[in-house]
Amino acid sequence: MKVKKLTELAKTIRSKNAGTDKITFDIIFNEKESYELVKKSKDLTREKVGKLFNIEQERISDFVEFDPANAIKFTIYRTKPSGSPGESDLFGCQQYPPLLDLEVTMQD
Amino acid sequence: MGKEKKGLKIISPNGHLGFAPTKEESFQIGVAAGPDYYCCDSGSDDIGPAPLGSDTSVSHYKWQKHDLELMLLAARKKEVPMIIGSAGDTGTKSRVDLYVQIIKDLAEEHKLARFKLAYFYSDLTPDYLIDLLQQGATIEPLDQRENKVLADLQKTDRIVAVAGIHPYIKALKMGADVIIGGRSSDCAVFAAPAIFEGYPENLSYYLGKVLECASFCAEPYGAKESVMGYITQDDVKIKALHPKQRCTIASVAGHAMYERANPYYEYFVGGMLDMSQCKYEQYNDKTCRVTDPIFIPKSGQVKVKLEGSGKIGEKFIGIAGVRDPYTIKNIHKVIEWVQEQVEERFAGQDYQLNFRLFGLNGVMGELEPIKETKSHELGIIVEGIAPTREMAEEVTMIGTRQIFYARLPEVKGTAGSAAFILDEVLATTPAYEWTLNHVISVDDPMKFFEVKQIEIGN
Repeated sequence: MKVKKLTELAKTIRSKNAGTDKITFDIIFNEKESYELVKKSKDLTREKVGKLFNIEQERISDFVEFDPANAIKFTIYRTKPSGSPGESDLFGCQQYPPLLDLEVTMQD
Repeated sequence: MGKEKKGLKIISPNGHLGFAPTKEESFQIGVAAGPDYYCCDSGSDDIGPAPLGSDTSVSHYKWQKHDLELMLLAARKKEVPMIIGSAGDTGTKSRVDLYVQIIKDLAEEHKLARFKLAYFYSDLTPDYLIDLLQQGATIEPLDQRENKVLADLQKTDRIVAVAGIHPYIKALKMGADVIIGGRSSDCAVFAAPAIFEGYPENLSYYLGKVLECASFCAEPYGAKESVMGYITQDDVKIKALHPKQRCTIASVAGHAMYERANPYYEYFVGGMLDMSQCKYEQYNDKTCRVTDPIFIPKSGQVKVKLEGSGKIGEKFIGIAGVRDPYTIKNIHKVIEWVQEQVEERFAGQDYQLNFRLFGLNGVMGELEPIKETKSHELGIIVEGIAPTREMAEEVTMIGTRQIFYARLPEVKGTAGSAAFILDEVLATTPAYEWTLNHVISVDDPMKFFEVKQIEIGN
């Protein structure tokens, strides 16, 4: 069993607004193999994402394994709409970095 | 509908017209291929609530004019229609009027032959919607917002309704050569001409979905490049026009996810696009072919999305830097001290004071998993909001300067605990918030959108 970081396996890891009240995260893989390995590892799931960002499950509106794009996608509610006082990522595009170091245990 | 047999070609030059200038090389490659329509979306709710609230653009006027000029000259030369949605970032009346004026100016500057210009507004006043609400209209919040519609409307300054394909189809039926739309679904700008020309709704909406962000559906990454969409009765093909970009299965399917909570379902005025059964194939090196999207029309009343922005107060920003390691370690005590100083001065009054601590959690805030900073310096952005400019300035000034006077017992440097790049605070656009992210149910999808047409040129 080998452990790899998500950044070594995925081609794209990004976050972006999905409307005014949500931020959506896309993890896209170049090859079907890495995508399937990550899916099988169960290291990138709704529960794991909640833990990583320290948020309640209710804040995760969607979690989808999207086969046509070899991608895993999830979406969270903001605590306040984008651009509200105190908010500092208008486009929601710098919220993904904690995913880069997520450890994935590869099943042989 | 003579174009049915050979299919229809629509060029999308820019994912947000005017926000950054359209790149011309790929656009001209597209022009040479002879598109049947020139279509572009020009708005977004990405830019936050302030532009809608203050009724301004975030795009530079020269870039807006540049992009409109490219499209207008190419479209008029071949006498094919040009369609722009969500004019001027927000799609408000003032932004539609701005774009209409730019088109008039360009027609004059380039001595263009006479053509028909159609436009529509999307603005609704809070009072009008409060009246509708009191007459029994159904207005529902989206995305798990609390259901307090009347209160939300009362604190809203400006509202746009998000149009679907309907006003665009009306304008095309009126014979429009150029259409400037108020706030619209991005997708409608492309789906409307395809549906008008007799193509199936499912493929037309999918075409719109994939074209709305131009080269974001291509790889390698490179924004503001043109892409071409082709629709027939059976399929949609999407081709990258930049010499170094390609539309691949991965890039096109990947784009279906972009900026959306769920990659399978997209809602419009009058229906829902289901992309869960879509089939993607590599048609040729630069082109991806897509079949089998499903469109599920909504029966009965249709839901029109409402975007609303309300002013919270005047806003100032202060900037401070901290380098002392002991101060960095105790930064939360510093912030508490500063908050006490502001509260002492303005207790009981209506103000907001916010801090972003860059180097600690300035970008991610409560989502930041790293709790202890390893940074040797911190950048602090102080945000003060109050009912008047005078008070907002003072709140922010105390909030910034008191970082300098923070009282930490063991600090070595006793001549000031903050570095300033300037000893003043900066006025910004007032603070707004998204007060409405709602839908209203109506019988007629055209209820809020009246299409007007004028003739311009020589």
